[in-house]
Amino acid sequence: MFNKEELEKIKEGTKKYEEKVQKALQKFAERKPEFKTGGGLPLERLYTPEHLEGHSYVEDLGFPGQYPFTRGVQPTMYRGRFWTMRQYAGFATAAESNARYRYLLEQGQTGLSVAFDLPTQIGYDSDHPMAQGEVGKVGVAIDSLADMEVLFDGIPLDKVSTSMTINAPASVLLSMYIAVGEKQGVSMDKLSGTIQNDILKEYIARGTYIFPPKPSMRLITDIFEFCSTHVPKWNTISISGYHIREAGATAVQEVAFTLADGLAYVEAAVSKGLDPNVFGRRLSFFFNAHNDFIEEIAKFRAARRLWAKLMKERFGVTDPKALMLRFHTQTAGSTLTAQQPENNIVRVAIQALAAVLGGTQSLHTNSFDEALALPTEKSVGIALRTQQIIAYESGVANTVDPLAGSYAIESLTNEIEKQALEYINKIDEMGGMLRAIENGYVQQQIQDAAYNYQKAVESGEAVVVGVNRFTVDEQGEKRELLKVDPKVGENQVKALQEMKSRRDGEAVRRALEVVREAARDESRNLMPAIIEAVKVYATEGEICGVLREEFGEYQENIVL
Amino acid sequence: MSERKIRVVVAKPGLDGHDRGAKVVARALRDAGMEVIYTGLRQTPESIVETAIQEDADAIGVSILSGAHEHYFREIIKLLKEKNAEDIIVFGGGVIPEDDVPGLLEMGVGAVFGPGTPTQTCIEWLEKAVAEKRK
Repeated sequence: MFNKEELEKIKEGTKKYEEKVQKALQKFAERKPEFKTGGGLPLERLYTPEHLEGHSYVEDLGFPGQYPFTRGVQPTMYRGRFWTMRQYAGFATAAESNARYRYLLEQGQTGLSVAFDLPTQIGYDSDHPMAQGEVGKVGVAIDSLADMEVLFDGIPLDKVSTSMTINAPASVLLSMYIAVGEKQGVSMDKLSGTIQNDILKEYIARGTYIFPPKPSMRLITDIFEFCSTHVPKWNTISISGYHIREAGATAVQEVAFTLADGLAYVEAAVSKGLDPNVFGRRLSFFFNAHNDFIEEIAKFRAARRLWAKLMKERFGVTDPKALMLRFHTQTAGSTLTAQQPENNIVRVAIQALAAVLGGTQSLHTNSFDEALALPTEKSVGIALRTQQIIAYESGVANTVDPLAGSYAIESLTNEIEKQALEYINKIDEMGGMLRAIENGYVQQQIQDAAYNYQKAVESGEAVVVGVNRFTVDEQGEKRELLKVDPKVGENQVKALQEMKSRRDGEAVRRALEVVREAARDESRNLMPAIIEAVKVYATEGEICGVLREEFGEYQENIVL
Repeated sequence: MSERKIRVVVAKPGLDGHDRGAKVVARALRDAGMEVIYTGLRQTPESIVETAIQEDADAIGVSILSGAHEHYFREIIKLLKEKNAEDIIVFGGGVIPEDDVPGLLEMGVGAVFGPGTPTQTCIEWLEKAVAEKRK
C-alpha cells in the first residue's frame, strides 16, 4: 500500500527504533518475554506498513458492500441503520416468555431471539422421562402449535424478525412459526428471521443433536430448498462459531471450524442440485465476541473475506448477496465471572464494541449475572442499554469500518485468515468436516485449547480480574437472581395433556403417517408434511419421535 | 498399605450439552494421577450410578449448567442409597446459584465448585475426601 521509497525509509526507521528499544530493554524489561493475543497469536511490539508489504487495498480490503467484503457487507453500514439489537431470551412457559419479549420490544429491542428449553431442543415433549427437571429451565418449553400461539401472542410477525435457536428439530419449529403467521394473516413469504439449524456444531460443541449426520444434513437441505421458494426472507441457517468458541476454541479455530461447517452445508446442498447463488443468499453466521479487542475485530473481518473467497473460488458463486458473510454476534458467556459479577458489565461492553467495529449485523449482549443464573429483567435491561450506548453515544457507528488501515488490525486480519485457511485445507485432506468430526479431530483441537487456557489461568499467566487477581471476599453477598418456578414442569405437562384431549386424534395420526412416508422417501421434501402435522397439533415430540424411528439417533463420539 | 488410585466418574446428567467444564475437570483429575471415567452427554441418574458401581468408583463428579441440578443430585443420591453405595462421594459444579448450595450439601453432596474454581482446589478436596473415606 506504500511506494518502494517510502517502505525503504520505514524499514530503516524500524531498524533504528529496534536498536533504541533493545538498549532501553536492558534497563527496563517489558511486562512479559512474549506477547500473544487471547487466541495465542504472537503479537509484535509495533506494527508498521512493513507488515502490510504486498497487501493491496483494492484486492484485500476493497469497499463496503463489495467483494471481498472485508470492510462490511453494506455500503453505508451503521450510517443507514444500526445493527439489530437482539437479546436471546426465553424461560418457563410460553406466557412468561411472551411477557419478556413484549418488555424487550417496549425497551427498544428491534428483533426477537427465542431460547428453547432443552427438551424442546432435543425433540422431547415436556412429559417425556428425559425431560424431567429440565422443562422451562434454559428456555421456553414448546410442545405444540398451541404453545407457539401463546409465545407470539400480540406480536405481529410481519413487523418483527425472529431468531430461533433450534437445530435438530428446526424444521418443526419453523413449521410452527409459519402456522402462527398464517393464523395472524401473515403469509410465509413475508416472514423474516433465522433458525440456527446448524447440526455440525452440535456434534462438535453444543450437544443438542438428535439424528445421525446423514439424515440431519437432509433435513437441513430440505429447509434450504423449501425456503428458497416459499420463505425467501428467512435465514435458513446460522452457521455458528459461537459455541465452538465457548467450548474453548481460539479465534482462529472459531473462524476455521465455522467456515468448514459452512462449506459442508454448501457441498451437501450443491450435490442435491440446489444453486449456491440462490440458497447462498440465505446463509447466515453467528460468532462470539471474546475479550481480546483487536484480535476479535480482526477475526470478524478475516471471516468475511475468507468466506467470500471460498464461495467464489470453490463454488463459482457470483451473486454478491451469496458471497457476503452476514453474521450475528453474542458476547462471550464463558468470560463472565461469578466473582464480582458487576465487572461483567464492563467485559460485555468491550466485547460488544469489538462486534460493532467488526461489522456485525445483529448483537446479543450478555447479562452480568449469567455465570450465576438466568438473567433478571434488570440485568437484561443493562445489557440492552450497553448496545444503545455504543450505538447512540460512542460515535463508532458514524463512519464505516473505522479501524481499517490500522497496521495491527490489518496484520492480524491477514494472519487469522491465513491460519484459518490452513486448518480448512487440513480438514479437506481428512475428507471434509463430517469426517474430521467423526474421527474426533475437531473436538480434540478445541479441548486442547480449553485445557491450555485453564492451565494458563491457574498458573496466573492469564489474568482474570476478580478470579485469580484482585480478588475480594464475597461470602454472604446478597444477589437477586431469577428463579424459574419449580411448578413450571408440572403445569406444562398438564397443559399438554389438555391440548391432546382437545385435538382431532385421527387427523394427528394421519399427518404423522405422511411425515413417516416423506422421511422414507429421500426424493421428497419433508417440510410440507411437517407443516401439515403441526397445524393439526401434532406435538414436537411426536413428529421427532417418528423421525427418530426412521432415522435413528446419533451416538456421541467421546473424546477426552 | 499400598493405596489404589482414586477412581472418579465424571458425569453429564440430563440434556445439558455444556461439556467444557466436565472435560477440563476430567483431564485435570487424570493429570493428577486419578483414574477418570467420563460418561459423555445425556446420562440418566440410573446410568451414572450404574457406571459408578460397576467401575468401583470412589466418587462421582456431576456437571450441570442447565439449572436442573436439584433434580439430578437428588436422584443420584437417592439411587446410591437404594443400591447401598452411599460410600461413593458425590460432588459437582456448573452454573449453580449460591443460594442452592446449602440445600445440595444437606442432601448429601460433598462439595459444589462454582465457576472460576481452580482445578487444584477440586483435586485437593477430592484427595482428602477419599482418604477420609478409606480410613
